[in-house]
Amino acid sequence: MVEEKDIKHLEEKAKQIRRLIIEMLAKAGSGHPGGSLSATDLITALYFSVLKHNSKDPKWPDRDRFHMSKGHCCPLWYAVLAESGYFSVDELWTLRQLGSILQGHPDRRTPGIDVASGSLGQGLSVSLGMSLAAKLDKKDYRVYCLLGDGEIQEGNVWEAAMACAHFKSDNICAILDYNGFQIDGKVCEVMNLEPVAAKWKAFGWHTMEIDGHNMKEILSAFDEAKKVKGKPSIIIAHTVKGKGVTFMENVCDFHGRAPTKDEAEKALKELE
Amino acid sequence: MAEMLYQRDVYGKALVELGKKNKDIVVFDADLSGSTRTSFFAKEFPERFFNFGVAEQNMMAAATGLASCGKTVFVSTFAIFAAGRAWDQVRNSVAYSGYNVKIVATHAGISVGPDGASHQALEDIALMQAIPKMNIIVPCDGPQTREAVIACIDIKGAFYIRLGRPKVPTVENKGKFEFGKAQVITKGDDVTIIACGIMVNEALAAAENLAKNGIKVRVINVHTIRPLDNDTILKAACETRGIVICEEHTVIGGLASSVQEVVAENNPVKVLCLGIKNRFGQSGSPSELLKEYNLTSFDIEEAVKKVIS
Ligand SMILES: Cc1ncc(C[n+]2csc(CCOP(=O)(O)OP(=O)(O)O)c2C)c(N)n1
Repeated sequence: MVEEKDIKHLEEKAKQIRRLIIEMLAKAGSGHPGGSLSATDLITALYFSVLKHNSKDPKWPDRDRFHMSKGHCCPLWYAVLAESGYFSVDELWTLRQLGSILQGHPDRRTPGIDVASGSLGQGLSVSLGMSLAAKLDKKDYRVYCLLGDGEIQEGNVWEAAMACAHFKSDNICAILDYNGFQIDGKVCEVMNLEPVAAKWKAFGWHTMEIDGHNMKEILSAFDEAKKVKGKPSIIIAHTVKGKGVTFMENVCDFHGRAPTKDEAEKALKELE
Repeated sequence: MAEMLYQRDVYGKALVELGKKNKDIVVFDADLSGSTRTSFFAKEFPERFFNFGVAEQNMMAAATGLASCGKTVFVSTFAIFAAGRAWDQVRNSVAYSGYNVKIVATHAGISVGPDGASHQALEDIALMQAIPKMNIIVPCDGPQTREAVIACIDIKGAFYIRLGRPKVPTVENKGKFEFGKAQVITKGDDVTIIACGIMVNEALAAAENLAKNGIKVRVINVHTIRPLDNDTILKAACETRGIVICEEHTVIGGLASSVQEVVAENNPVKVLCLGIKNRFGQSGSPSELLKEYNLTSFDIEEAVKKVIS
């Protein structure tokens, strides 16, 4: 059982991660806040309560893998990696600058990142490869993969979905950040995905639906996924794009626009 | 008569041989394992073989994930699908992350024959060359296929190895294979012929005929397209009166483009290119198609004469 104080701790951590995301993006002057903020609670819970990893030994062979398939949300990834101790928090202020270890989209120069992403739709396949390695080496590490709802319009995702089920990759847990928005507007208007859960179910996945901002639900979903045998799991997390900063919430513009200095100040006040 | 071998047969057997020694070798295919001959490995090591079905994009990105965990992953399908259909996955997952993913693509070039244009990869080298850090080998025959497959295991990073469909004659006296080092097969100071893949054999036939007319041709097998052996190419540019380049591929972005770049930048000499020129392929037998697309030893002879005229 998770205790109330652990939940509180994770909620505080998530707030801190959100602050770092805002500061980082404001400093960089470009990048993607909306989808970083919507997935913050999920990935904070993952890194600080679920994932088996060691920031002092990023290549530890038995570590759980995490891959951010929706690579544009790397400010979130960089923030949790820095907070976990993979590199100094000061590095965050170099985001998107020439020579930085924190590129505009993830790649291997960042400690804690194994495979590049940024071209949407490939990450579940990458995760499948990692999961096959675990099975071949008879290791029990797990593989987590963050997907965007717009992203799963890519055909490659469904090739991977089919294959994960075919290979019975029960060490895979996908996380769908179902925030309802993509670049050009609402997902249901640009290219409707519904019924989402039924699609994953039909592809042979253990499918869970949760409130992606409720730590208790998040933790229990990760827990449930660990117990599933013979098939991969997906957590369909209903989230709010831009979550935590009122003027960014459900505002399409903040998909790929960094906050100005003033906006960042206002956002940080709300995240105090 | 030279020995005739399917490069794919040699590849399949080499995989089995290597798989016995190296437990970290894993093989992927996309519903073409019978044709690519990865089926040999599948039979021997079923637990280390994965068939991805007709889903090349998934296969390429999955290979990256698997290789990131320390495996050497051989990925096979037809060249048109490996380089074409899954290009973004090859660029953004395989090459950008740079793990040990070795793409061995079969059925490349016009010599695919009757299947026609949709299956004849005439631009795969160009697609792969456009990607930074992608190592590219085009073996000229069966034995060289084995050497290339063995060599790529010991070199870190992504590879594209290009094989053909038909049986090809074994090229004699080409010396030992060294990755990144072109092979000077015949000596000659009049004209240089630079070729790769099955065109090496056509080049040698042309050189033999030309010798009868007193024209001494230097035939160079550039089996490694990247990294290109600039030294051997420039030496030939200095020592002979011109260069004829032949490849079973579009003249844009493949061997011809790369050789011309090196020559133009360092020592411009007269160059003629034999390759596919702004055309799709079509059905026919391999030999008919080589004729139709001006890729026979006769065409090479004519080009050589033109260069020295
Ligand atoms: C293959 C590919 N096509 C297009 C893009 C450009 N792009 C970046 S983010 C994005 C929308 C993604 O929407 P979603 O997955 O819902 O992300 P989120 O809302 O969580 O930020 C697009 C189209 C891309 N990165 N990759």
